[in-house]
Amino acid sequence: MSATVETLEAMERPPVSMGSRLEGELLEVSMGPQHPSTHGVFRMNVALEGEVVRKLKPVFGYLHRNHEKIGENVSYLGSMPYTDRLDYFCSMTNNWAYALSVEKLAGIEVPERAEYLRVILAELTRLQNHASLLGFLLNDMGAWGTPLMYAFREREKILDLFESLSGSRMMCDYMRFGGCRVDASREWLAYAKKIVDRFPRFVDELEQLIVGNEVVIARTQNVGNVSPELAVSAGITGPMLRACGVNYDVRKVDGYGFYPRFKFRIPLGEHGDTYDRLMMRVLEMGESVGILKQAFEQIPAGPIINPKVKIRAFRPPVGEAYGRIEAPKGELGFYLISDGGTNPYRYRVRPPSFINLTILEDMCLGHTVADVMVILGSIDIVMGEVDR
Amino acid sequence: MIGTGILKGMAVTARNFVGSYFDKERLITVQYPEERNPLPENYRNFPFLVYDGDDPQAGLRCVACKICEKECPPQCIYIVKSEDKKPDYMGKPQFYPKIFDIDVSVCMSCQICVEVCPFEAIKMDKEFELSRRERFDALLMRKDDLAKSNDYYRRISPTDAAQVDAKLAAAAEAAAKRKAAAPAASKPATPAASPAPTRASS
Repeated sequence: MSATVETLEAMERPPVSMGSRLEGELLEVSMGPQHPSTHGVFRMNVALEGEVVRKLKPVFGYLHRNHEKIGENVSYLGSMPYTDRLDYFCSMTNNWAYALSVEKLAGIEVPERAEYLRVILAELTRLQNHASLLGFLLNDMGAWGTPLMYAFREREKILDLFESLSGSRMMCDYMRFGGCRVDASREWLAYAKKIVDRFPRFVDELEQLIVGNEVVIARTQNVGNVSPELAVSAGITGPMLRACGVNYDVRKVDGYGFYPRFKFRIPLGEHGDTYDRLMMRVLEMGESVGILKQAFEQIPAGPIINPKVKIRAFRPPVGEAYGRIEAPKGELGFYLISDGGTNPYRYRVRPPSFINLTILEDMCLGHTVADVMVILGSIDIVMGEVDR
Repeated sequence: MIGTGILKGMAVTARNFVGSYFDKERLITVQYPEERNPLPENYRNFPFLVYDGDDPQAGLRCVACKICEKECPPQCIYIVKSEDKKPDYMGKPQFYPKIFDIDVSVCMSCQICVEVCPFEAIKMDKEFELSRRERFDALLMRKDDLAKSNDYYRRISPTDAAQVDAKLAAAAEAAAKRKAAAPAASKPATPAASPAPTRASS
């Protein structure tokens, strides 16, 4: 008799483990790491009740390559090409964040032209990152290939600009402590201006497709809602935080670089759902085009690198510094501790997409498996940065 | 109305498809092995060693100072310094690399070796078709594979090569001036070891 009661209790008990066996009505599925829509090697252990997600446990680390430890074992300059490999879509902003923290650590001044070049390259990076994100997101929603290819067509033009300036499409390794490595010629600036002037055409086309499209609306509105309280307490940054209506942009808050000199607005969402996150990207692209146009007008002539900074045997004074910028995915920061040697004593990255990924379960609960892909796509993760 | 979004999307696809027949800007792909996009001048892929003159081994600018080996972030350079000295491009006796290997499979094309080299001896190549049939030995570039002439460097990146040539010519001129001035200042200490003809490049 008592045995029967125990069995009933056991059956009613909610499943606690995330093991591989069936428990009650829940079906545990391991999505990834080789899944086309996980943007790399990312795995989710999902407990499903029918189609509805009841539990979700992200598993990552498949792309872990000891970035921070490597950073502590090579010189300050030697870490610069490694930062390209963090978020390989936005190597320019990674370079900038790292250069900024070393400049803070060593108290290095940056010439005016270099600061303008940095702003131009960071905003170009934002354009191409957001464009390809929208392409990928539409890809995840079932618009296979075509929108992604149009987004990549625009991205390719910007990558061509990066290639002709820095020598590489994605692994730019362009910025140096106290400036930039190569000066942009007048022709380069003129060509970049031409591409930026044409960019709104693409944004408008894309926006027109997204805003009215009933498939996009059905798949994204009221999916993956994040409350502002949750977003703030979880440390979410970037377009994802602003989609919840929290006005926080490091470009405005810190005013690093020459951002205070530019006129731009911060787009804010209202509901914090996937649709708002998507629209944040579209609107930010418009603002970036505005910043770029101002930068092309204002950029002065002059040196691009501080000549006092040594390339070899660069030793910043003892101390610590945290430099952060508004990368396309959120707040990207580098925390460095120097013991006066040629290598950092401690090197720590604050990766935006990793921290934005932490609330994936809260966003996915109660939605279907198909929605998980869309929600994950709207976070904008790059596994190179999540796993480091 | 249900379906307008899809129709709008189809219209964009159709516009791009038809437009690609009339507008060159919309036709963005190239048929790679037959057609190639021109590489920008700043393009970089893999380092090579510059030599002056005709003999790849005698004219190497590298003096085996091992700075690039030390600074290379992924540690893909391996250098063994020679025991004897030989005259360099300016006629000064210098060490030379007995072994100079770069591992292609480790190199990440970051250009730091080029930036730290004080002798303008290592530069970035533009060749990107580096696939090999073997897995190990063929991907390790030896000194002979790496040595490429200054003319080649001038061809692949004319602007940078002109700057480097001007800088080296100025350095050679200054050295020649010093050498001319030195005998007048201190007669006995002069037989400076520079028997070889100057191989100044410009």
